[in-house]
Amino acid sequence: MSPQKQAILYEEKIVAQPELMMMIMPFACAGCQNQTVSRIIAECLVELGVDGQTVGIIGVGCAGSLVMTMNIDRTMCAHGRPPDLATAIKRLRPDTFLFTIQGDGDCMAIGAGPFIAALTRGERISIIMCNNSCYGTTGGQMAPTSVSGQKTATSPDGRDGAREGYPAHTAELAALFKGTAYSARGALNTPANYQRTKKYIKTAFQKQIDNVGLGFVEVLVACPVNWHLSPIECLDWIEQKMIPEYPLGEFKNIDQID
Amino acid sequence: MVERMFVEGNEAVGWGALAADCEGFFGYPITPQNETTNWFAREFPKRGRVFVQTESETGSINMLMGGAIAGARVMTSTSSPGWSLMQEGMSHIAAAELPCVIALVSRGGPGGGTTRHSQMDYMSTTRGGGHGGYRTIVLAPSSVQETHDLVQLAFYLADIHRTPVILLSDGIVGQTEESLDVETIDFGPVPDKEWAFIGREKHMNKTGSLVISTGGIPIITPYPTYVSYIQHLKEKYQYITDTEVRYEMYEAEDAQLLTIAFGYCARSCKEAVNMARAKGLKVGLLQPITLWPFPSQIIKEKASQGCKFLVVEDNQGLMVEDVKIAVEGRAEINLLDISGRHLPTDGGMIMPGRVFEEVNKLL
Repeated sequence: MSPQKQAILYEEKIVAQPELMMMIMPFACAGCQNQTVSRIIAECLVELGVDGQTVGIIGVGCAGSLVMTMNIDRTMCAHGRPPDLATAIKRLRPDTFLFTIQGDGDCMAIGAGPFIAALTRGERISIIMCNNSCYGTTGGQMAPTSVSGQKTATSPDGRDGAREGYPAHTAELAALFKGTAYSARGALNTPANYQRTKKYIKTAFQKQIDNVGLGFVEVLVACPVNWHLSPIECLDWIEQKMIPEYPLGEFKNIDQID
Repeated sequence: MVERMFVEGNEAVGWGALAADCEGFFGYPITPQNETTNWFAREFPKRGRVFVQTESETGSINMLMGGAIAGARVMTSTSSPGWSLMQEGMSHIAAAELPCVIALVSRGGPGGGTTRHSQMDYMSTTRGGGHGGYRTIVLAPSSVQETHDLVQLAFYLADIHRTPVILLSDGIVGQTEESLDVETIDFGPVPDKEWAFIGREKHMNKTGSLVISTGGIPIITPYPTYVSYIQHLKEKYQYITDTEVRYEMYEAEDAQLLTIAFGYCARSCKEAVNMARAKGLKVGLLQPITLWPFPSQIIKEKASQGCKFLVVEDNQGLMVEDVKIAVEGRAEINLLDISGRHLPTDGGMIMPGRVFEEVNKLL
């Protein structure tokens, strides 16, 4: 894009960087949708007016790398542990707004313990999990969320349920807990899904602002490099392989925990 | 105001933490430290302070990291197997240079070991038990009163050096009841925690939004290069080594034989020194209060004066290695280790009489 054209697009607000983003990470892969989730989070924090009180806890992996460039208090931590850090900060400083951004491996494999524990305690925090059905940063290994038959670096013959287990349904799991105020799964493969996902994340955040309980959103995201597909092909793959396994929608949405 | 009470060492941890204005405690049940976790559950919420029972010791240590990031004085407590689980978190806390306190009530190992006392966690506390070559200050109380006092010192040292501090207790010190004077100790001012996460709005005028990175994304590190960051940590550890060594001496001035012991073994040695002095034997005690940094200099000086040493520790002989490093071959070093227990069981202890027996052999 020429500088002139970019200037026009920015001027007319056809495209723009969310105001919370201080820079764009130079090392995101083309077609990676983790970065899109970060963008949505940045927009929601500003639209809800909580960005000034926000602390973001970033798990290990690709999922939250862009959050490291947001103009909020933010930290990375040990693999899988963001709900623990978020719990402590929220309990000690209840005026802060706490969200975690984690990958599927961070949240549902190594971090399943703290995730389940935070759900059990019904912490007043928001957990956003990016599900790209593999380990992105380390080169596309199998994750708990890899779909049946999916070929990855560590399931080269395709994920076989009898051998490698079955896809883990995180949003449905989160909805089972009494302390969960909100649980939903969105995708970003179509404009309509993008808008719904943004609504889900905003609603999950609102549950924390209203002090109801834990808000959780799983987002299906494309990983072109590790899926060995083009960014456009990835959108079809999400539609054909992931959404049939991982239905989109809200699994829990309550305003009060009895 | 001083309040006198009769409590266990494990409860003195709580009273000391409260006196130091600790705001949050995160803990998981494990023997022999349960009285500490129970104390915080009982005493903290009613004072408007935070207590969370965690899902595991990995949960404890990472909540501790969160609490420290929030700028609060926070602590956890555990025993040896839980301490093993905490090592990854300890490494991250050390990497991010966060002040917090960990009370470790040592039990017998390795593995599940026993639920009774021992002093087998010397190496994993003084060497940095996790990955990455970091160090943490280790304070070792030998009584209920020392436990209460050293918890407060631990919070102070943590704040001024931005480092986690370990209070290394053991099953005997933790579960012995003694009288305790509860009082806030004033160690002096501590720096403001300008780096603490409270949301950008509240500290915008000073620094804008804040970031803490424990690695993984090199461009975020606040040091220009990775090596300069490691160099900074190294210099900080050296500064602590140079300035924070603490120890107690008892009847050591003219001693020809110096016992060296920490924790409950220091109590046995003190009694043995009294027995030896009554017989006219010139025996003393050196009790390291900081196990890291280790009081190497005084040991070196005593060795140069011709003093012999008897290291007494309820383990396989771990601290004796630090004594050897300090002595550098200048003096004779003897060891009374776990084989000196009065019973060959998990309940056996190194008794004053056994230490006295050893002293008699050496003089």
